[in-house]
Amino acid sequence: MLSTIKLQAEQIGKTYGQTTVLQNLDLAVNSGELLTLLGPSGSGKTTLLQIISGLTDPTDGRLLIDGRDETHTPVHQRDIGVVFQNYALFPHLTLEENVGFPLRMRRLPAAEIARKVKEALEMVELGHAAKRFPRALSGGQQQRVALARCLVYQPSVILMDEPLGALDRKLRESMQMEIKRIHRESGATIIFVTHDQEEALALSDRICLMNEGKIAQIDTPENIYQQPQSTFVAEFIGLSNILRGEVRNGTLVNPQGLFALPAASALAGLGALVIRPEHVRLCAADDALVHGKISERIYAGSETRLVVTLDKGERFIVRSSQASVGAIGDTVSLNWDVANARLLTA
Amino acid sequence: MTEFATSPANKQRARKTWRLHPLWLTAPGLLFLAVFLAWPTLKLMLLSFQDSDGHFSLDVWSQMFGAGIYVKVTLNTFVIALQTTLACLLIAYPVAYWLAQLSENTRRRLMWLILLPFWTSALLKNFAWMVLLSRRGILSEMLMGLGADQPLNVLYTRGVVVFAMVHSMLPLAIITMLPTMTSIDSRLMPASHTLGASRAQAFWRIFFPLSMPGLIASCLLIFIGSLGFFITPALLGSPQDSVIGQLLITQVQQLLNWRLAGAIAMLLLVVTLLVCIGYDKLFGMSSIAGGEGHASSPRIRAVGYALVAVMARISDILASLLSLFGKPRLGWLLTLFSVLVIAVLILPVVSFLPMAFSSSSFLQFPPPGFSLRWMETYLESPIWTGATARSFGIALVTGVLAVIIATTAAFGLARHQGKSGSVVVMTFLLPMIVPNIVTAVALFYLFATLGLVGSNLGIILGHTVMAIPVVFIIILTTFKNYDWRLDQAAGTLGASRLRVIWDVTLPLIKGSMVAAFIFGFLNSFEELTVALFVGGGVKQTLPKQMWDDVLLSVTPTLAAASVIILTIVTLLFIVAERSRRKAEAL
Repeated sequence: MLSTIKLQAEQIGKTYGQTTVLQNLDLAVNSGELLTLLGPSGSGKTTLLQIISGLTDPTDGRLLIDGRDETHTPVHQRDIGVVFQNYALFPHLTLEENVGFPLRMRRLPAAEIARKVKEALEMVELGHAAKRFPRALSGGQQQRVALARCLVYQPSVILMDEPLGALDRKLRESMQMEIKRIHRESGATIIFVTHDQEEALALSDRICLMNEGKIAQIDTPENIYQQPQSTFVAEFIGLSNILRGEVRNGTLVNPQGLFALPAASALAGLGALVIRPEHVRLCAADDALVHGKISERIYAGSETRLVVTLDKGERFIVRSSQASVGAIGDTVSLNWDVANARLLTA
Repeated sequence: MTEFATSPANKQRARKTWRLHPLWLTAPGLLFLAVFLAWPTLKLMLLSFQDSDGHFSLDVWSQMFGAGIYVKVTLNTFVIALQTTLACLLIAYPVAYWLAQLSENTRRRLMWLILLPFWTSALLKNFAWMVLLSRRGILSEMLMGLGADQPLNVLYTRGVVVFAMVHSMLPLAIITMLPTMTSIDSRLMPASHTLGASRAQAFWRIFFPLSMPGLIASCLLIFIGSLGFFITPALLGSPQDSVIGQLLITQVQQLLNWRLAGAIAMLLLVVTLLVCIGYDKLFGMSSIAGGEGHASSPRIRAVGYALVAVMARISDILASLLSLFGKPRLGWLLTLFSVLVIAVLILPVVSFLPMAFSSSSFLQFPPPGFSLRWMETYLESPIWTGATARSFGIALVTGVLAVIIATTAAFGLARHQGKSGSVVVMTFLLPMIVPNIVTAVALFYLFATLGLVGSNLGIILGHTVMAIPVVFIIILTTFKNYDWRLDQAAGTLGASRLRVIWDVTLPLIKGSMVAAFIFGFLNSFEELTVALFVGGGVKQTLPKQMWDDVLLSVTPTLAAASVIILTIVTLLFIVAERSRRKAEAL
């Protein structure tokens, strides 16, 4: 796929007094892609978003949009749309006035404003409520107005700051579909901030996982799940079983025993062996790599999740598609294919 | 009720048969206001439609509109009130805006500097201006020092009257505007920037319309307040430039012309009510009591937004003109302006201190030297100490009375959910809307027939009427934020209804009640208007004593008395704010 770079952050840094929020951050966002900024709270994702939107100035570094340096362009002169966490709809304006606001700021002719506002409101299925005020709407409807207000002037980059955070699960999932559709149809570049890993996996072309002001890994959802580059990534995205120990002669030495390493693991010193729960199997005692006792059992409909406390106290999570597997207190034996394990720096 | 069959509804019905409806708790307060506010005011106004034999006649009215002097004074009053309101809004808005942008902590600290002048009586502040702005006052001396060829001659002009009135009303304007501004969602401005709005556009199109309710409310309060205001024009204005309030005082105190007084009172009240009704039609009265105003009509909205768009456009053009000169940062101008305004607000309050300890034998600022002679004169004079003691006693009783009436009523209102509540709330705020001077004259009239003129009880009753709104608002707000589930919880834990009130409700609202009591106390302690009429020249309160003294001869004893008042006010104010803060933290 041939892609041009829409937006590029170069060596961006941000400090507030003594605290460093972002550190020498490099990020390139391709034209037309949907990139999620994912990370725990305090990882700097919202600050990065604010720097891109222009609401905050970076302490160091440059921001290029379409190759132009826009680090210090005032917010209102950037061609960027922002959908805020709590929507930030203007309470004293009706829906059509809210949606028409960016067009009036751009001094479009009245007739054109009216036409575009109508289209935008109809796109989010709120054409009938044009004369109403935001407070008369439900959370999901307000969210759709915020989206319409942002899309109506067709900014080439759209930033979304946890826009679905306040919605209930069902609504959130249908809004995710909506955002994907809008992304497909508009071809806009979207940067989406979330702390919900499932949302990130479901929506993104690429995920940029942040931790402590730095990028931990930036990759497609598949790669970030299957090939985490660090234990932080492995633990943040999905569930992981981790065995830590010293790497010696092609094995990992851990209180539980010696464990074979996957091929091409060129690592010495301390290491962490990561095995996803779906790759761990219950097996006969003879084939076991580790033993333990089932300490918790969670039935989740399509699968049953077992928490196994190993002999030396570590906990392993096992997923099974069988509903009637195991009981609390059972002693079980577990193994996995070496090829499905990943060795990372501890 | 349609769901008779369901058990909760049944239970509620059963309970209602033996428990009094909560609105009954507002009855004592309503009765009090009916007897001491509504009834005398009505009677006074009806007088204007009678001739000396008690028959219906419009003589007084034709006399009033026939004589040029009354028409002139009425017009004068309106013009001064309008000028004051306009200037107040123009000055208060930027200051409130500046305060709203500050961090919560800084703002809290700065608010002391605005609340202190707010709680200092207009009498004191105007008295200070009399000294500061006199021909030999500090401003005059400074101007002379800078090379002016003649001393400052501003006293007794229209300009100084409007200035001092604005100075008196400004704190009220600021504290009415501020809550609306701070409650504006701080994310809306950045949001509008991302949508392409410049700073000017964002301010005019987003912030300004959202700050309107506070602006309009303070506009109303100040205009109403200015209409009946007589202290400033009497002290600082020229006799040729008098206002309705002064006219009323002359008619009642010197000429005992009750019928004309009734007509003047009615004129004031009708205008006030018309302003209120117009306000209610346009914006909704409830927004003044802290409720949500209803949306105004589409036509007014359209006009408003067209205006706002024009203002935004003009500001944008100005900004682009300014940017021709590089990018000048002008934020400091607002800070400078606000700091100056606050300094001028606080100046007369602090200027008493040096004046009271002056060695000079007349009032002079700055004083030539330090001495305690005026403090001694004050303390040794039985007239002054007697007035101080009386004011103290009256304020104490007034505070207790107002708190009891307001707490019972607020408790009843808080337990009652329904439309009728807001009418009752408005009734309790009436003493704030009826011009003080009308209330005072009406009470004078009533008490004259009851033999209460010149009695402490008369002053106490009058002061209680005046203190009820502020005490009531404080306690009602507390009850509105009160978590009634705590009472329910106490009930489930086995407490009887009285025990719940005694052991749970009262301890939790104690702080607010203390604050409300103190504000009621202060209101009475500094009250002049009622004391002026009802005191009858016999029972002198401290403000009345000062008023007489100011009119006769200005001596430094006055400054000494002012310092005493200010010390008490400041101390109590600090205690009240503390206990209110504590109550909020609970």
